[in-house]
Parts: sequence; structure tokens; C-alpha cells
Amino acid sequence: MSVTVQAMSRPRLARLVRLEWDPVRESHVLLAPEGVLVLNQTGATILRLCDGERTVVEIVEELRAQYDRVAGDEVREFLGRLAARRWVELGDG
Amino acid sequence: MDRPFGMLVELTYACPLHCPYCSNPLNLADYSNELATEEWQRVLAEARALGVLQLHLSGGEPLQRRDLVELVSSARDLGFYTNLITSALGLSRRRAEELKTAGLDHVQISIQADEQSLSDRIAGTPSYERKVAAARMVKELDWPLTMNVVIHRHNIDRMGRILDLAEELGADRIELANTQYYGWARLNRAALLPSIAQLDRAEDVVRAARRRLDGKMEIIYVIPDYYSKFPKPCMGGWGKNQLTVTPNGNVLPCPAAHTLELPRATVRERSLAWIWNESPLFQRFRGTEWMPEPCRSCDRREVDFGGCRCQAFQLTGDAARTDPVCHLSPDHELVAEVVRAANQEEDQGEAELVPRVITGRGTSDNHSTTGGLGSERSVP
Repeated sequence: MSVTVQAMSRPRLARLVRLEWDPVRESHVLLAPEGVLVLNQTGATILRLCDGERTVVEIVEELRAQYDRVAGDEVREFLGRLAARRWVELGDG
Repeated sequence: MDRPFGMLVELTYACPLHCPYCSNPLNLADYSNELATEEWQRVLAEARALGVLQLHLSGGEPLQRRDLVELVSSARDLGFYTNLITSALGLSRRRAEELKTAGLDHVQISIQADEQSLSDRIAGTPSYERKVAAARMVKELDWPLTMNVVIHRHNIDRMGRILDLAEELGADRIELANTQYYGWARLNRAALLPSIAQLDRAEDVVRAARRRLDGKMEIIYVIPDYYSKFPKPCMGGWGKNQLTVTPNGNVLPCPAAHTLELPRATVRERSLAWIWNESPLFQRFRGTEWMPEPCRSCDRREVDFGGCRCQAFQLTGDAARTDPVCHLSPDHELVAEVVRAANQEEDQGEAELVPRVITGRGTSDNHSTTGGLGSERSVP
């Protein structure tokens, strides 16, 4: 399940979740009441940028400064999946 | 070897409620020698080192442990996501504020129905008003709140009103899970299992509520597995993602696994890592090698893992058989028969619920001599 993410959405982590570094798995993890998501580096970077201020467009721009290839649709799809689980709130579109 | 993500710690089986669907063991006296604070703290540290990230603090009633705040604080220092599963009895404002300061992330409060008389009757003690007040306090303290409601024949027709109550209380999530028939619940199965007509109505209520509350409150609804075509993927697989620690330090792949005739593993004798990685208990049903037909050649063997080992044992006497809930199980008639009975009795009035008998911690339990879940026992 996924939710459509608008370019001008200002996503932020939901109140129920925490983003943490797990030294055991050497990965960032998103912790929620009924689940854990082990993130790759890009996923963790995206979520760190989800501060409720930056728009999705701005997040993608910042990622492009850090990584060679960044597909805007993939970022939106990733956030859409997390929004469907209510781990990310999309803010005003 | 997979690393575990979640650990359920059953801190004590002491509990002020007497729910007829209690899933704790029947022989509570065996568990009265509870782990001390330092022992729990060692278990928490070992669990974090093993990879556990989510800590579910439960019981019985975890608030009955005087060191709960201390344990939450230790857990947060170790980096766990901490979740308190409580009846809310004993959650005073002072205790709640201490837990908040200690870093407790999330609170789950059980409620038995949407109104006092039925809720108190099911809980076996006056508790509804205190639960509702505690839920309001949790929201005032700006905590995420999940309401837990065990669903059964006696409250399933009130699910619409239960959802209204959760919405009014500002719950972020609600879990409406039909009873699982372990422990005391197995004794009350005939009185608890809803009819297909009740389930159909409940499903309509859930569908409408999900539309109405989309983005506001998450609704988790679990039907009784007796009505499923395929079994539940119990614990996401044996010894795969989750573990449970009982009040006296026994470690189990699932909270009901104490019923199985398998070698015990306890943190009082071994490290959690050894128990997870090497103990015969955790190895027994890991992976797919142990599976009989029809599971072994089934496309779904990595989807539902053959279902629930405890249910297979309970219903067939052999934990290594396919969960009889599965329509492909050679033992499926055992479940079909119970479902038929639940649907014949619809117009014959309600079967009587037998409240859970719980005596105080450290005292002997009236029912410690019952033969466990594998034996048939008539409800008085």
C-alpha cells in the first residue's frame, strides 16, 4: 500500500516513531509501536531530511548533492509507503 | 541466523483483572519466583546486544512490578523502543509522569467493552472508569496511545461503539483482535468464538470506520484464525523475529510455547544469545526442515510457517503437525467442528464465561494441577 506524495508536501516523522542508529546491525532503523524498519543509507538520509520544513522537491535536491543518482519517484514512493503505515506524516501538500 | 527484533517481557503474572480469555499459563504458581531487577537489566542488555530493538513490557500487569520505572529507564538507555502493555490499573498520574520521564515511548491500554457494566463484567473487577481516565491522562501527557480490545462473542456486536470510544479518547491506534484460544481462553472457547454472522457485521463496521478515520486513527482488526483458510504466520516464524521472557526467566519463541513438551531454556542458567542461537527449544521448529506434509511442499511454507505450533499441539497432541486451522491440514475437521458449533448456538443464548482465577504472586494457584492446554477439560 502506498500514498501519493506531492512535490510540495513537507514530510516529517510521525510522533509514534523514532529514528535510531543500531550498532548491532550497523544500520539506521525506524522504530514504531508494531514494527522496525532497517534502513539503508539513502533511506536514513531521506528520513533525516524529513523535518516538516523541507518540501519533497527540496529533499530530492539535497540528496542529489550527496549521491550520484537520485530518482525523484523512488524518494516519493519510499515516503508514500511510510506514510501509508503512518510512520511519516506528509504535512500540507 | 536471523536476529530478533522484538522481545515481550512478561514481568509478572500478578494481575488485578480476571479476563475469561487470559492467555497466561494455567499454572501460575510455577512462575512466582520472579526475576530480580538486576536480572532483568542483564536480560535487557543481552537482548540489545543480540539485536532486539522493540521491548514490550507486559504481564500479567507490569505496573505491579515496583521497579517498572527503573526497568524502562534502563531499556531506554540501551536504545530500545519501549511499549507498555497494561490494564491501566495502577497507572496513577505520578507513576505515569515517572514513566514518561524514564522515556517510555508508547502505551497500550486494554479495555473490555465500550461501557461500564459489560467491561467490568468481562474484566471480572470494577475497572472501566479507571481505564478511561487513564487513557485520557496518557493523551494529556502527550503519549502515543493504542487501545487494545480482545474481541469475542460478547462484545463483537459493540465494535462500532468501541471504535467511537477510542476516537473520543484520542487513541492513535486501536487493536481489535479476536481471542486466541490459549490458556484460560481455551477453556472458554465455546463462549468466546463468534458466529460467522457476527464476523460479517464486524467486518462492515471496521470497513466503514477505516474510511471515516483514515489518517486519524489506525485500526487493526484480527479475525479468529478458526475462520481463516490459512493459518496465522505465528510470531513471524519460530525463533525468527521475536522472543518472550516469562516472569521467572524462561525464554520462549512465543508466549504460549510453555505448553509444548520441549526442553526449557532460562536466563538463570544460560545467556540469551545461547538460548536464541543454540538452544534445542529455539532450534526445534526453526526454518522449514521440521515440516510435515502438506506444509513441506506447500508454496506458503515461508509465508505462514505451518501456522502455530502451540495450536497444533493443543488440538492434535503433536506440535509438529500442520496447524489444523489450515484448510489443507488432515486435522482440519477439529477446527471445522468447533466453528459449526459456534454457528449452531447463535439462537440458543449465550454460553457462560468463566472468569480467570488469579491468586496473589507467590501464593499457590487453585488451578495449578490442571493438565495444561493439551488436555480437554470441561468448563464448569
